[in-house]
Amino acid sequence: MLDAWTLFFVITTFALYIGIAIWARAGSTDDFYVAGHDVHPTVNGMATAADWMSAASFLSMAGLIAFMGYGGSVYLMGWTGGFVLLALLLAPFLREFGKFTVPDFVGDRYYSTTARIIAVVCALFVSFTYIAGQMKGVGVAFSGFLGVPFEWGIAIGMVIVFFYAVLGGMKGVTYTQVAQYCVLIFAFTVPAIFMSLIITGNPVPQLGFIGEAKGEGVAMLTKLNTVLNDLGFGEYTRSDKARIDMFCITAALMFGTAGLPHVIIRFFTVKSAGAARVSAGWALVFIALLYTTAPAVGAFARINFIDTVNESTYIADNEDYDARAAEIEADGGKPVPTWYKTWETTGLLAFEDKNGDGVMQYRGPDAPDGVENEVSPDRDIFVLANPQIANLPGWVIGLVVAGGLAAALSTAAGLLMVISSAVSHDLCRRTIFKDMTDKDELRVARASAAGAVLAAGLLGIFSSQLGFVAQVVAFAFGLAAASLFPVIFLGIFWKRMNREGAIAAMVTGLATTFGYIYWFKFVDTDPAHWLFGVSPEGIGFVFMWVAAAVGVVVALATKAPPQDIQDLVEDIRVPGMRTPHGSGDTEMAPLSDR
Amino acid sequence: MAEGDKRPDHKAYWRETVRLTISLLIIWFAVSYGAGILFRDFLDQVSIGGAPLGFWFAQQGAIYVFVVLIFVYCWAMRRIEKKYGVEA
Repeated sequence: MLDAWTLFFVITTFALYIGIAIWARAGSTDDFYVAGHDVHPTVNGMATAADWMSAASFLSMAGLIAFMGYGGSVYLMGWTGGFVLLALLLAPFLREFGKFTVPDFVGDRYYSTTARIIAVVCALFVSFTYIAGQMKGVGVAFSGFLGVPFEWGIAIGMVIVFFYAVLGGMKGVTYTQVAQYCVLIFAFTVPAIFMSLIITGNPVPQLGFIGEAKGEGVAMLTKLNTVLNDLGFGEYTRSDKARIDMFCITAALMFGTAGLPHVIIRFFTVKSAGAARVSAGWALVFIALLYTTAPAVGAFARINFIDTVNESTYIADNEDYDARAAEIEADGGKPVPTWYKTWETTGLLAFEDKNGDGVMQYRGPDAPDGVENEVSPDRDIFVLANPQIANLPGWVIGLVVAGGLAAALSTAAGLLMVISSAVSHDLCRRTIFKDMTDKDELRVARASAAGAVLAAGLLGIFSSQLGFVAQVVAFAFGLAAASLFPVIFLGIFWKRMNREGAIAAMVTGLATTFGYIYWFKFVDTDPAHWLFGVSPEGIGFVFMWVAAAVGVVVALATKAPPQDIQDLVEDIRVPGMRTPHGSGDTEMAPLSDR
Repeated sequence: MAEGDKRPDHKAYWRETVRLTISLLIIWFAVSYGAGILFRDFLDQVSIGGAPLGFWFAQQGAIYVFVVLIFVYCWAMRRIEKKYGVEA
C-alpha cells in the first residue's frame, strides 16, 4: 500500500505541525498549561473539536454505525450531548475559578490534598487508557499504509507529539490542533460528498441521508432496510439493544464526555467565563460537522458494500484481474470490485468460500435463503475504502490517512497535557514542593511531558500486544462520569458540599465502576448477569448517581465547608467576581480575567 | 461597589441562571433521550424525508438541537448579565 501521495500528505502535515510547534513555544507556566489563557473562543472551539475527536471518531465510528444501524446512535448522541452539559454546567464556572487543572479545582474547592490526589489518580487513569488507543491508531496507520513496522510507526508519532507538546505545551498543542482539525474534517467530508452523490444524487450527505436512492424512487434508508432484511440482517433503523441499555450507554458517554479532563482543560485557555460558553458552542459546531456526516457515511457504505461485494465472483491473486473480470462480465456475472482486492492485503476484509461456488455470499445470521455468510469485513474498512469505492483520485486516500493521523495525534497531545500537568503541577508544585518557582515548574512540566510521551508510546506498543484497548475504553468514560463529574458539578451548584462528601463520592464512583467493568469484561462475560440489564459501557451512568448520593449523604452528616470556601463558590458563579479565598488561593493566586 | 448592594443582586442573578439552565436541559433531555430513545416508536409513525422521525432524531436531529441550545444559552446569559450589571 506504499503510495507516493500518502507519503506526501503525511510528511507535509507533519512538517506543518513541527513548524507550528517551533513558532508557538511556551515561555511560562501560563503558556504551558493554559496557552496564556487568551485563545480566541472560535479558535479554541476548533482546537477542542480536534482534541475531542480521536482516531475512533474518525476511523471507527462511521463503520460501527454501518454495522449497528440505529444502535450506533448511542455514540452520535452520547459524544455530542456531553458538550451541552459542559457548556451549561461546568466550563464557564471552571474558567472563572481560574487555575490550571481539574485536580486544582477539586483540591482547592474541597480544601484537601487527599481529594486532589484522588482526582489526580482519576485523571491519570482516564487519560492513560485513552491515550493507549491513540498511539495504537498511529502505529496501525503507519504499518498499514507506509510499510513502516508498527513499533516504528508509534515511535514516529511520539517524536512529532514530543516536539509540540514538550516545546509548546498547551500553546503549541492548541495551534497544532487547529491545523489538525482542518486536515481531518477535509479528509472526512470530501469522500462523504462523493459517496452521497453516487448513492443519492445529493451532494450534501446530511440531506442524502434522508433522501431517495438515486434513480429508484424509494428512500435510501427504506432500500437499505429491505436489502438487509433479504440478507437476514436486522433492519437498519431498528435496534439490537435493549432500550434501558441504549439509555444508559448514551448517558454514560455524555456525562463521561463532560467529565473528561483533557476536554475540560481546553476551556481554561480562553480569557473569560463568557468566552468559555461561546467556545463550547463553536466546539460543538465543528464536531457536529463530522458527527452529522458520519451516520450518512455509515448508511452509504453499507449499501455500497452489499451492492458491489455480495454475489460477486471472486478473483484470486494469481489470476489476471482485468482478463478474468471481462470473462465474468461476459457470463453475466459480477466481478469482485478492484477496491476489494486492494484492501484485502491489509487483512481488513476476509472471504471464505464455504460452499465452493467461487461467489462471495454476504449474509446475516438468519438469512431467509439459508446461505451461510462468507464475507467478514472489519468495521474500519468503511471509512478507509470510501475514496476508492467512490472512484476518487489516488491522492484522496493519502488525505484520509493524514486525517486519521491528525485525529489520533491531536487527541494524544491533549491527553499528554493532562498527564504532564497532573505530575508537574498537582503532584510537584501543589503537593510536594510548594515553594517551587515558576521557572522550575516549567522545567518539570517539560520533563514530565517528555516522560508522558514515552510512557504513552510504550503503552501503545504493549497494550496492542495484549489486545485489550477496545475493552478498556469503556473505563475512560465510565470512570470520568462516575468519579469526576459528580464532584465538579456539586462543587459548583451545591455550596454545602464538603471535603468528606467529595472524597466519599470519588472513591465510591471509582471503586464501583472499576469493579463492575472489570468483572463483566474479564471475569464473567455473560450479559444475562448484568445489573438491570446495563452493559459495562453504560454502567458509569448508574454509578454516577450512586456516587453523588453517597457524597450528598456524607456531606450532610459532616461539618459544612468553611466560610471562605462558600464565598469561593459564590464568586465562581458570577463572572468577573473572582477574588482569592481559602488556603488554595494563598498557595497559588487565581488567574485574573482582564 | 459596596458589599451590601452586591450580594442580593447576585443571588437573583444565580436564580435566573439556574432557571435558564434547567429549562435548556429539559429540551436537551427531550430531543435525545425522549425523541431518540424513549418515544422513538411513536415518532417513527411520521417521516422526515425518507427517514423515520425517531431514528432521525437519534442520528441527526438531536445534534442540531444541541448546537442551537448552547448558542441560545450564550445569548440568554448575556441578557441576564446585562440585566444585573455583570460583565463576562
